[in-house]
Amino acid sequence: MSAQALETPVRSALGGLLLAMADDEFVLGYWDSEWTGIAPVLEEDVAFASLAQDEIGHAQALYQLLADLEGGDPDELAYGRPPEGYRHARLLDHPRTDWAFSVARRFLYDTADAARLDALAASAYEPLAEVVAKMRREETYHLLHMHAWVERLATGGEEPRARLAAALERLWPDALCVLGGIDGDDLLAQAGVLAEPMAAVRRRWLAGLAPELARLDLPGPPDAHTGPCRGPGRTDDFRWLWEQFTMVRRSDPEAVW
Amino acid sequence: MRTITETDVWAALAEVPDPEIPVVSVVDLGLVLRVELEDGRLRVELLPTFVGCPALEVIRASVAERLAGMAPRVEVEMTFAVPWTSDRITADGRRKLRESGFAPPGPAAAGAEGRPLFAAIGVRPSATCPWCGSADTTLENLFGPTLCRTVFWCNRCRQPFEQFKAV
Repeated sequence: MSAQALETPVRSALGGLLLAMADDEFVLGYWDSEWTGIAPVLEEDVAFASLAQDEIGHAQALYQLLADLEGGDPDELAYGRPPEGYRHARLLDHPRTDWAFSVARRFLYDTADAARLDALAASAYEPLAEVVAKMRREETYHLLHMHAWVERLATGGEEPRARLAAALERLWPDALCVLGGIDGDDLLAQAGVLAEPMAAVRRRWLAGLAPELARLDLPGPPDAHTGPCRGPGRTDDFRWLWEQFTMVRRSDPEAVW
Repeated sequence: MRTITETDVWAALAEVPDPEIPVVSVVDLGLVLRVELEDGRLRVELLPTFVGCPALEVIRASVAERLAGMAPRVEVEMTFAVPWTSDRITADGRRKLRESGFAPPGPAAAGAEGRPLFAAIGVRPSATCPWCGSADTTLENLFGPTLCRTVFWCNRCRQPFEQFKAV
């Protein structure tokens, strides 16, 4: 299915989905890059730099799809908006905090994103299905890596376990928002762009995760979240990150690179 | 002037090295999806290895530079139409990787179509040491110096080595 074949409400919902996914990957990529040089071991400096590069690459591809659909410039989409204009899930409004916190956030995000990518793998919107096919192969490595870290912290003694469990408790309500806040997701499901509405994708994610959480005796999700999932209200932590990642561009918006 | 054929184009492409692992060419890596040659127009479609690979534009530009002049119009494009997978690396490419100390990737089963991505957490990557051939190796880091590499340690010859990721 091409962009022209989509009815206006579906097209608009697709634009919202692409922007939300692109912003999720973009903002997480920048939080990941915060660990470069200060991760607990050298291997993790390398790993988080790679994860960041993957996510920012995925964001670039998704911003390009959005630009192809609605017009505009991918770089302008990525760097040209005020902090309130971003549509990432509020899970990504938290700062990197400590290592257990970053591991917990990434694990929750990666597993939720995996469920979302599964639901887009056979998308009727072919340009998206094509990019998702590539992303899924790369995300395999993210899942493996974060799962290994969750297991290591959960079984690594009292302190790492307590820190991981506390981070999960704190992050769960916001993690539910990764698969929320998409207007018109039911329309996308009817049109075959998305396999099923986001509430069903979320149930699939939680069902897949439950046995692992039970095995490691880690906290599970609350029944529901409250409040908006994707802004426009943003934390001071995200504003700080925005200042950082837009700094060079704002210093000379007309520069040609 | 002799007329250029598709075979000539493939031969030229086989001379374009990967910028990050120059022992292999873009043909060895299976990056070339198709070559079309008609009415003075040469069109080559390339597959990106990793979505965020910073070498993509370098690869596209070096292919365009190598093919320049082979036809009045030369077009080189990147496409996601077919997902590049490490299964596309040729037998010759795998041999060249091994000879220069890179373990070639195993089959790219995980993350493939039709399987829930979460099932990936049960996957345990393994590799055979490209230096001594031992299978007694330990995964050191899933991530390496570039997006496409994983780091292993050989317990027999006590050397670190890299494996091209199976994607």
